[in-house]
Amino acid sequence: MAPAQRRGVAGVTLMAGDTAFRTDQLWRRVAVAAPYLWLLVFFLAPFAIILKISLADPIIAQPPFTQTFDAEGDFAGSADNFRFLLTDKLYAVTYLRSVVMAAAATILCLALGFPMAYGIARSDATTRSLLLLLIVLPFWISFLLRVYAWMGLMNNYGVINNLLMWIGIIEQPIQLMYTDFAIFVGLAYSYLPFMILPLYATLERMDLDLIEAAQDLGASRTRAFWDITWPLARPGIIAGCLLVFIPAMGEYVIPYLLGGPEALLIGRVLFDEFFVNRDWPLASAVAIVLLLLLVVPIVLLQRNQAKREEPAT
Amino acid sequence: MKDFIRIRGISKYFGDFAAVDDVSLDIAKGELFSILGGSGCGKTTLLRILAGFELPTKGTVEIDGVDVTNQPPYQRPVNMMFQSYAIFPHMSVAKNVAYGLQKEGVARTDIEKRVDQALDLVQLRDFAKRKPDQLSGGQRQRVALARAIIKRPKVLLLDEPLAALDKKLRERTQFELMNIQDELGITFVVVTHDQEEAMTLSTRIAVMEQGRFLQIGTPLEIYEYPRNRFVADFIGTINTFDGTVQQIDENTLVIDSEEAGTTITALGRHDVVVGQKVCVAVRPEKIFVGKDEPDNSEDTRVRGVVHDLGYLGNLSLYRIKLVNDNIVLVSSQNRRRSASRFLEWEDEVWISWRPRSVAVLLE
Amino acid sequence: MMGRSRFILSALAFGYAFLYIPLVFVVVYSFNDSRIATIWGGFSTRWYGELLRNDQVLDAAFLSLRIAMTSATAATILGTMAGLALARFGRFRGRTLFSGMISSPMVMPEVITGLSLLLLFVTLQQLTGWPGQRGFTTITIAHTTFSMAYVAVIVQSRLMSMDESLEEAAMDLGGKPLRVVLDITLPLIAPAMIAGWLLSFTLSLDDLVIASFVSGPGSNTLPMYIFSKVKLGVSPDINALATIIIGAITFGVLIAWFAMRRMRT
Repeated sequence: MAPAQRRGVAGVTLMAGDTAFRTDQLWRRVAVAAPYLWLLVFFLAPFAIILKISLADPIIAQPPFTQTFDAEGDFAGSADNFRFLLTDKLYAVTYLRSVVMAAAATILCLALGFPMAYGIARSDATTRSLLLLLIVLPFWISFLLRVYAWMGLMNNYGVINNLLMWIGIIEQPIQLMYTDFAIFVGLAYSYLPFMILPLYATLERMDLDLIEAAQDLGASRTRAFWDITWPLARPGIIAGCLLVFIPAMGEYVIPYLLGGPEALLIGRVLFDEFFVNRDWPLASAVAIVLLLLLVVPIVLLQRNQAKREEPAT
Repeated sequence: MKDFIRIRGISKYFGDFAAVDDVSLDIAKGELFSILGGSGCGKTTLLRILAGFELPTKGTVEIDGVDVTNQPPYQRPVNMMFQSYAIFPHMSVAKNVAYGLQKEGVARTDIEKRVDQALDLVQLRDFAKRKPDQLSGGQRQRVALARAIIKRPKVLLLDEPLAALDKKLRERTQFELMNIQDELGITFVVVTHDQEEAMTLSTRIAVMEQGRFLQIGTPLEIYEYPRNRFVADFIGTINTFDGTVQQIDENTLVIDSEEAGTTITALGRHDVVVGQKVCVAVRPEKIFVGKDEPDNSEDTRVRGVVHDLGYLGNLSLYRIKLVNDNIVLVSSQNRRRSASRFLEWEDEVWISWRPRSVAVLLE
Repeated sequence: MMGRSRFILSALAFGYAFLYIPLVFVVVYSFNDSRIATIWGGFSTRWYGELLRNDQVLDAAFLSLRIAMTSATAATILGTMAGLALARFGRFRGRTLFSGMISSPMVMPEVITGLSLLLLFVTLQQLTGWPGQRGFTTITIAHTTFSMAYVAVIVQSRLMSMDESLEEAAMDLGGKPLRVVLDITLPLIAPAMIAGWLLSFTLSLDDLVIASFVSGPGSNTLPMYIFSKVKLGVSPDINALATIIIGAITFGVLIAWFAMRRMRT
């Protein structure tokens, strides 16, 4: 039998029995096992627990839920929470509102982000790096504070209303805060950089000759955009849209601060179910349904990401 | 001969920099015209002006009697083959080739027929369904060509059409291009930095440098009768000697050159005066080399030693060091088959050339 | 080249205005003397003074910084290992699950991550008596979990773009595998690790939702403190705090940008 052999760190063939082989193997095991175990315990296992608790009933106790398996190890849980979620209209409406709001914010981000990314990708090197820096900078500034900044703008006596009244467009302050419009603006504002960066990455490495070639063959500038630029930017568009849509779906801070008490979005409902009503099983069920809703976009995003990493031809 | 393309006083400034500087040119119908020059000489800018991607700062472009100076690229009867080929990566070969016809609004059945024809012409019929990333470099080049000719443009612009191919493929493709041009009768304008490519392909060549044309002529004219030192140097290799006109006769011109270490006899011409500084240029293959002193008294003769030699099979190259330490490049055909070399290092030799082999360059 | 059209230019102008105008007003109003935050009552720096005398803010900030430092460091170590494994180890058992778990925390909505981790800690508490009081430890673990994903992705893409023959050359010259990792690979991916650490650090400082789930009574991070105040409306000392944060980060990022530009030229 041939001795065990394997390609080493850098593709060099190592032979079993070699000390180098043993240290290398040990190091590899540690390098894989440490993060692997961490993720199994702190990322994967929690999902199993959520699933388990979502099948339990709430009780007033510590912790506040019944056991899913009784002392004999038999299944004692029920799908009551899920049945409740599906039959109670409030939840269906909330999920739907979340999808609509997230989708609307995604579209606004795309409409504003695409021309911006295009403009950045087509500027000269120095301007480009400065413009990019200004896109990334808000990332580093606290998310919470950026949402908070809109509170001061959209208040009844905030900057926008004062400005509009000063110009004379309105007599009385209009209600901006605590509306769906405020949530919508807040979502678009917070997640705009997530749209611009992947779009920029695909637009920047696009060969400009292609657009000229299309024009040369008889396409107007607009036509060339839809025939060439748009389809070639699609991986970036998909990535950007999903990177906005997915977190926007589960958003808690923005509906809480800008949307006021009646703004029911699913992230907030989950939070309140958990902390205010202390109904842990129902909160878990809400989380599972949200996750199921997001499985398709998340898988899409990961597949798209893998495709984007392939070298461009 | 009617001028098909008329370029009149074209200039293009980028800020203060003149990429193209007051250039005029006429190209006849059916020509395969090359614009030859180093990088940054303005040749690509000129091509892009013809294609409509750049607006000239000054001047006009006429194609087939129509002023197209301000027409956008998509309205010009001109198509371009890009140096990068610019093949749309998300479309199949057939879709790429069909694109131009689709934008023209040609009927679908016609499109299919013409795409098939074009793919036949470039021998890619079996590849119609492939995606560009499944093609080799040579195949991509031919897709680009098929796509550019399918609209039967009046003028086809080719930007370094062969630069991305390896040497063997380049030679084969050169002849294919010439055949296709012949078959279609489209006027080709090629931009290239490769003088060999320009020499083999073209009916005429314009040598460009710093935004201006230095010489326009047939390949033969450019090679044998370069008008100045840049053209002489740029095309092939050439020996140059500075000198002063010493004597002008009916048929000959005698130039005293310290660099050559002798007086050089050239064919007579009337646009020089005695005492004028000129430059004498002689191609290496026009120089004879031998151990014996040549006897033709009209020829220019100089003594030297073999400083270096290279055997290329069909040719031998010699670097001959003159008495004044200047080096002269000589090439000679190896007509006879022989086991030993005709000349060896440090051999004392005579080099000589005929008066009609000499090009006199006025700076 | 085609000039940028007026449409593109107006989109850029509007977009950047959209991104920055809210921040500008926060900064301006932080110097407002009036207690009612939206009415201008003259220039003053009193809110900065009050901020510095507010022990709650300082405690929260200190806790946040400790968590951010610890979790960023742990995330960088674990994430670098994971990035190396994914980019250089070829196939190994469970690789698909591994790479799936690496990229998922980045796209998981915060409420789900937070809830799931809290339920884990509660279950562990029942089973083993650990982690006891929730606070610094649990928040650090939570932040490490999602930050290491970012580090892994950054390190992996750096390694992918790096020529493997550098490591092969070191092996060829007699370097043992682990030595090669230490001598060649780590120095080459150091920029990616630094970038990953900085990103982890800011993500940790930024997080409100996950920390709210997994923290216990008495351990308030800075975002939690801010949130508890701004729930009640605009408040002038939060404006001052925001201005300090915006100023510090803008300053740091600009310095880094100029330093990088100078290094490149």
